[in-house]
Amino acid sequence: MGQLTSGERQLGVVVLVVLAIIGIAMAAGGRFDPIGIHGVLVLVYSLALLYVLFSQAFGPEPDASRFASYYDDPIKVGIGLTLVWAVFGMFIGVWAAAQLAWPSLNFDMAWSSFGRIRPAHTTGVIFGFGGNALIATSFHVVQRTSRARLADQFSPWFVIFGYNLFCLIAVSGYFMGVTQSKEYAEAEWYADLLLVVVWVTYFFLYVRTLARRKEPHIYVANWYFMAFIIVVAILHIINNLAVPISLTHAKSYTIWAGVQDAMVQWWYGHNAVAFFLTAGFLGMLYYYLPIRAQRPIFSYRLSILSFWGITFFYMWAGSHHLHYTAMPLWVQNLGMTFSVMLLVPSWASAGNALLTLNGAWHRVRDDATLRFIMMAAFFYGLSTFEGSFLAIRPVNSLSHYTDWTVGHVHAGALGWVAMITFGAMYTLVPSLWKRQRMYSSALVEVHFWLALIGTLIYVFAMWNSGIIQGLMWRTYSPDDTLVYSFVDTLLAMYPYYMARAFGGLLFLIGAIVAAYNVWMTVRFVPGVVDATADKPLAADAHDDATPAPAE
Amino acid sequence: MDIEETDQVTGRRTTGHIWNGIRELDTPIPRGILLFLIVTHLFAALWWLLEPTWPLGTTYTKGLVGSDQKQTVEQNIAAAASARQAWTTQVETLSYDEIRADEGLMAKVRSNGHQLFGDNCAACHGRDGKGGHNYPDLTDDDWLWGGGPEKIAETLTVGVNSRNESSRISQMPSFGADQMLERKQVLDVAAYVYSLSNPESSTASNIGSIEAGREVFLTTCASCHGEDAKGNADVGAPNLTDNRWIYGGTIERIIETIHGGRQGHMPTWDERLTPLQIRILALYVNSLGTEKP
Repeated sequence: MGQLTSGERQLGVVVLVVLAIIGIAMAAGGRFDPIGIHGVLVLVYSLALLYVLFSQAFGPEPDASRFASYYDDPIKVGIGLTLVWAVFGMFIGVWAAAQLAWPSLNFDMAWSSFGRIRPAHTTGVIFGFGGNALIATSFHVVQRTSRARLADQFSPWFVIFGYNLFCLIAVSGYFMGVTQSKEYAEAEWYADLLLVVVWVTYFFLYVRTLARRKEPHIYVANWYFMAFIIVVAILHIINNLAVPISLTHAKSYTIWAGVQDAMVQWWYGHNAVAFFLTAGFLGMLYYYLPIRAQRPIFSYRLSILSFWGITFFYMWAGSHHLHYTAMPLWVQNLGMTFSVMLLVPSWASAGNALLTLNGAWHRVRDDATLRFIMMAAFFYGLSTFEGSFLAIRPVNSLSHYTDWTVGHVHAGALGWVAMITFGAMYTLVPSLWKRQRMYSSALVEVHFWLALIGTLIYVFAMWNSGIIQGLMWRTYSPDDTLVYSFVDTLLAMYPYYMARAFGGLLFLIGAIVAAYNVWMTVRFVPGVVDATADKPLAADAHDDATPAPAE
Repeated sequence: MDIEETDQVTGRRTTGHIWNGIRELDTPIPRGILLFLIVTHLFAALWWLLEPTWPLGTTYTKGLVGSDQKQTVEQNIAAAASARQAWTTQVETLSYDEIRADEGLMAKVRSNGHQLFGDNCAACHGRDGKGGHNYPDLTDDDWLWGGGPEKIAETLTVGVNSRNESSRISQMPSFGADQMLERKQVLDVAAYVYSLSNPESSTASNIGSIEAGREVFLTTCASCHGEDAKGNADVGAPNLTDNRWIYGGTIERIIETIHGGRQGHMPTWDERLTPLQIRILALYVNSLGTEKP
């Protein structure tokens, strides 16, 4: 926070003092409720940040020369938080997977029971790991592709620390049993309100930065980041409309009821996958892939087709999560057809990424970082095909409620989201800290194979388990009765549950290796004076007119 | 940046835009992708034509096939039920003895019984029916309420200590906690009960305690468990001489049982299972037991 002006520091102090007062009010009013514990958490969080701010409060005003460079300090913090959440969220995931194989691993405690650690895992990896990665890389990408410094220095800190406070409240709440019982939207009303404020700030920061751009065109990556920010705001607000039982209680009730509630929830749930876990990470892909491969994007027209295809069709597809339920058949059919029409735009993105690698396949062979990005595009294609396939009603009648769904999600989450993130991290970290290279390219290689093997073991285990489960549920004897009881299917799934926990463990070890490698890079790799990776901010638009020789 | 150039690998022109070194080629959309796009849209259009899809105010397009989810489910359930009737009517009308004599019919009963047992009974009695701590083993010849199919069907229908009006009622009082027996009496009767299935536990040093326990047993326990301690299926009192225990057969567990009492609970199943399913389960559970009265 060394570059903050005195005015920005004062604004920070005011915001943190207000936050501390809110924390005290929550702690006092909710002293008989989990919200009171969250009040203490908010208080401690704001006091800790106040301490950091005050330790620099009376320093000199920053040099005006800062406007000649990008504002990267918040990005560095965001990357650190990304890796912390990755290790935490994936550890909880491995634990949850192990509990399914060996149920006594909940140690007979309420906070560690499966129903509580499972949302801690999903929130930890999706919002903690994925969200921080998206915020950090979006700050990096928007500055570089706009050749503009972030619009101000206060908002990025507000976004990062506010967002992580949301994640902390959400995850700690699940351990205490605080939940809205909406998948991927479990956080209660006060955390949701905080996220609204943070997200609107994020939106305005992004738009203001784009408006300051020195490039005539807005690069594709920014289209996706904008779609991500806008749609997540809409989804989050509408799905979380709720009435708390009182201002001093954590519990709230949603304003939606019955089948409408289910529809709103899965409109949210599906588009959280679409715009958080897809659009945002496509933004990441569209920047770090061409940078790392040193190749032009294969087709601008394909980018347009896939962007508008994805943003339009995804919005309609949520009802495919509710096939064969009380949801009217016509809504199911509509969601199903739109899911099928979504396939080609999705594949166009994956194809555009893979075809961009033409002329750079030798780099894919030699560079584990680029291989991460390539594998991510491959898994993106795989899981979007699977998604459209599973959305077809007769297919869904086999797959629904089985582990096939879990396998599908993890093909996307591990293979696509996590791999593109690690590919982006390994590209971004040396450039951001102006280091010559990553600390160890051998460790990147190790991480790549751990991640790939872990993902394959996980996904194959869940495919097998899910299809066996689905078939067992529907097996009829010649006497026209069901052959298997539910507990028979559990027994059949047991070996796959062990395999899944093992695959997840490999992936977790990979993430720990990555965190170590990043730490060592920042601490011990010599710096570079000439950071040519970034075009200078102040340079005239025509300075870099000389075309670089193509590969 | 707007500088058009030619990419040497592909021979394509770039769009001329440059962002921090990133360029884009002006490659047309491949024909295959356009074709595939059209195919998926045709599929969707065909589905819209055939099936209910688009909302029209308070109704929706019914489609040429006009499927109705609810009707489909009801038809499927009815079709399966009528297919099953070939043998289920026999289970409903024949006597238990006649069914058990028909090996072909019993094979169907066991197959369906396995699934019904797994989904309804296994949570307490175990997948294999062997029970566990606090839950009776259904595979031995020791029955609290009788092991014939009629008796089992009755137990299933009304439950034990359940909320059913005709529930089977059974309670082992807490003799120690409610001070019906003194501490020494509890220890004595426990030693006696333990010695019934563990004769080697009777030694010169504790024979006095066991004898005293026998006196207590005859006055206090025999009314339910019988003078011979072999139990009474009319009141659900277990046989104490066979070394089969629901709540554990160590001397410590027996003392705990006499001191604190026991009251097992089995739900009433007549609201959840049909009479046919109860008959199938009664036959299935009976077939698990080694002795088939």
